[in-house]
Amino acid sequence: MTPESPVAYDLECRSLTKSFDDFVAVQSIDLAIPAGSFFSILGPSGCGKTTLLRMMAGFVRPTSGDILIKGRSVLDVPPNKRPVNMVFQHLALFPMMSVAENIGYGLRRRGVPREDIARRVEEALVRVGLPGSGGKRISQISGGQKQRVAIARCLVLDPDVLLLDEPLGALDLKLREHMKVELKKLQHEFGTTFVYITHDQSEALVMSDRVAVMNAGRFEQVGTAQDLYYRPATAFVAAFVGESNKWRGKVETADAGRLTVLTEDGVRIAGSGEAALAAGATVDVFVRPEAVALSRDAAGIASMANRMDGAVASVLFNGAASRVLIKAGAAQAEIDVALPQTGEFNDLAPGQPIHFGWSDAQTTCFRAG
Amino acid sequence: MSRRLGFYLLLAPLVVWLGALLIIPHIELLLTSLQVKVKPRVYEFGFGNYAAFFTEPLYWNTFARTALMSIAATALTLIVGFPISYYIAKLARGRSRAILFVLCLLPFWVSELVRTFGWMILLRETGVVSNTLQWLGLSSGPIEFLYNDAAIMVGLVYTSMLFMVVPLVTTLESLDDSYIEAGYDLGGNGFAVMREIVIPHAMPGIVTGCIVVFMLSLGNYLTPILLGGKDSLWFTEQIYAQFITRFNWEQGSAFGFLLLVLSSLIVWAGLKLTGQTLGQTVGRG
Ligand SMILES: Nc1ncnc2c1ncn2[C@@H]1O[C@H](COP(=O)(O)OP(=O)(O)O)[C@@H](O)[C@H]1O
Ligand SMILES: [Mg+2]
Repeated sequence: MTPESPVAYDLECRSLTKSFDDFVAVQSIDLAIPAGSFFSILGPSGCGKTTLLRMMAGFVRPTSGDILIKGRSVLDVPPNKRPVNMVFQHLALFPMMSVAENIGYGLRRRGVPREDIARRVEEALVRVGLPGSGGKRISQISGGQKQRVAIARCLVLDPDVLLLDEPLGALDLKLREHMKVELKKLQHEFGTTFVYITHDQSEALVMSDRVAVMNAGRFEQVGTAQDLYYRPATAFVAAFVGESNKWRGKVETADAGRLTVLTEDGVRIAGSGEAALAAGATVDVFVRPEAVALSRDAAGIASMANRMDGAVASVLFNGAASRVLIKAGAAQAEIDVALPQTGEFNDLAPGQPIHFGWSDAQTTCFRAG
Repeated sequence: MSRRLGFYLLLAPLVVWLGALLIIPHIELLLTSLQVKVKPRVYEFGFGNYAAFFTEPLYWNTFARTALMSIAATALTLIVGFPISYYIAKLARGRSRAILFVLCLLPFWVSELVRTFGWMILLRETGVVSNTLQWLGLSSGPIEFLYNDAAIMVGLVYTSMLFMVVPLVTTLESLDDSYIEAGYDLGGNGFAVMREIVIPHAMPGIVTGCIVVFMLSLGNYLTPILLGGKDSLWFTEQIYAQFITRFNWEQGSAFGFLLLVLSSLIVWAGLKLTGQTLGQTVGRG
């Protein structure tokens, strides 16, 4: 390790690769997770998240690369000896045991004295907000309580890293929202490093200190939620994280990252992209709905680099997340714009003319590929 | 009204089946067994036939021996069958799994009689095993492997294997792999995962398999007689002798009824001992 990196990493992966026959499920993953942080891996179904997590837990042997926990390689350490624990996708709480027996299972394996087990199990139950539930059967507790028991069952062993494989997937929406906050709180209280995998971006963005966006076995970008949202590194991240209006077009002029793009619909857009993009390159252009400002007259958006006008096609009311769809340009393409919550546009109705604009800095262009 | 009629019509075959094959013969058996012969062709009601079972040591010794051997055969079948079932249900994939299952099924494509003669061909004094040992120089003369308890045991385990493997594979298949993985992940070794997760989950299958194998062994006639020979002392042989050789149907009926009651008692005791109930076993297994 280099001398200028005194940061203690709980978990590191170095060019970690896993192939099934000739299919590469996880491809050359590098990551380092600082102690005590909440790290998420976000990606669509089938991108290799579970495979990556199971390599960390020890259930899948990597084809190549290395996994280090607290600086020590664990490749030759079997799952039952690794200082990591896993919350399974369907929790895998043992149905023939009570809640307390489930939580005490790992302590019994370590040969902890019986009275210590009882005390530590009850402590763990208190910490996850289920005091006195030890005697219940697994079938008697609710979905949210099962989550907490599954987490307590791991955390009672005080692992260096807790791995979670989409544990909220089976919950209904309301409980999921609640458990997101709960999980983050638990992680903070225990101070354990969490590696959380999910295909749900809001779970990843809300809970994590850092998020890795994964696609087809590779990491596209690793950063904070804000990095991913405001400064996506690739077109995949821009499209996958959050909502975007998307155009495809050709670069007309390029000046050190400031671009003008003529879209296939014939709209000219000023945007920004990497300096290597030159005139003639085909690019994808992304603009977030909330980056677009609305105005009833042209003067209101005069300062914007991109200005258009059109007619309201429909208003999608959803409280604070309400949207307006506007038909604009020669192709009458629909553009998705967030409805400001100032009340100024509450009377918008389909068919009304409207002006809108956005800045070139909030227009991200990526080479199409 | 017609719904009720439909229900009774659907129930009818079951009632006929239970009535004709189980209940009526057993009532008849019970009535016959309570007839005590006082003179030729003169009978009166009494428990003499049952008393004979308890006063004649040969009878209840034979029964005890049969029960113990059947319990041993059941345990042995479980010990051999469990790893096979675990392999089929959890480790084998695709084709090899189907092939293994068929291999367990294969012995049942030939009749029990032929199967048992197969064992005799292998085990008798001039049989394959004896000849091979002599040919290898491991034995100086022919060896008789037949007509002892070990031969009976081998035959019983072989005959019963499928009835143990099928319920075990069924329950083990229903155990999601993630439970086993969680067992390891939380620090368990192979033994702990077996004892705390796999076996408790498989319990209904184990109990079902054990009951079936025990009952089949206890009621088996061909295997003990052919492989155990004259001195096999199997209880079914006593029943056969009473009915066929001695023409003492009253005594034979009493033995038959005792076999039913005593074997039920043993199964009941076994369930109590392992803390299982028949309802939950049959319901889940
Ligand atoms: N044991 C395996 N054998 C072959 N292919 C596998 C195996 N496990 C996973 N895969 C493949 O690897 C890819 C990634 O799977 P997975 O890691 O489960 O994705 P995710 O959890 O992101 O949905 C999938 O295409 C899957 O079919
Ligand atoms: Mg998955």
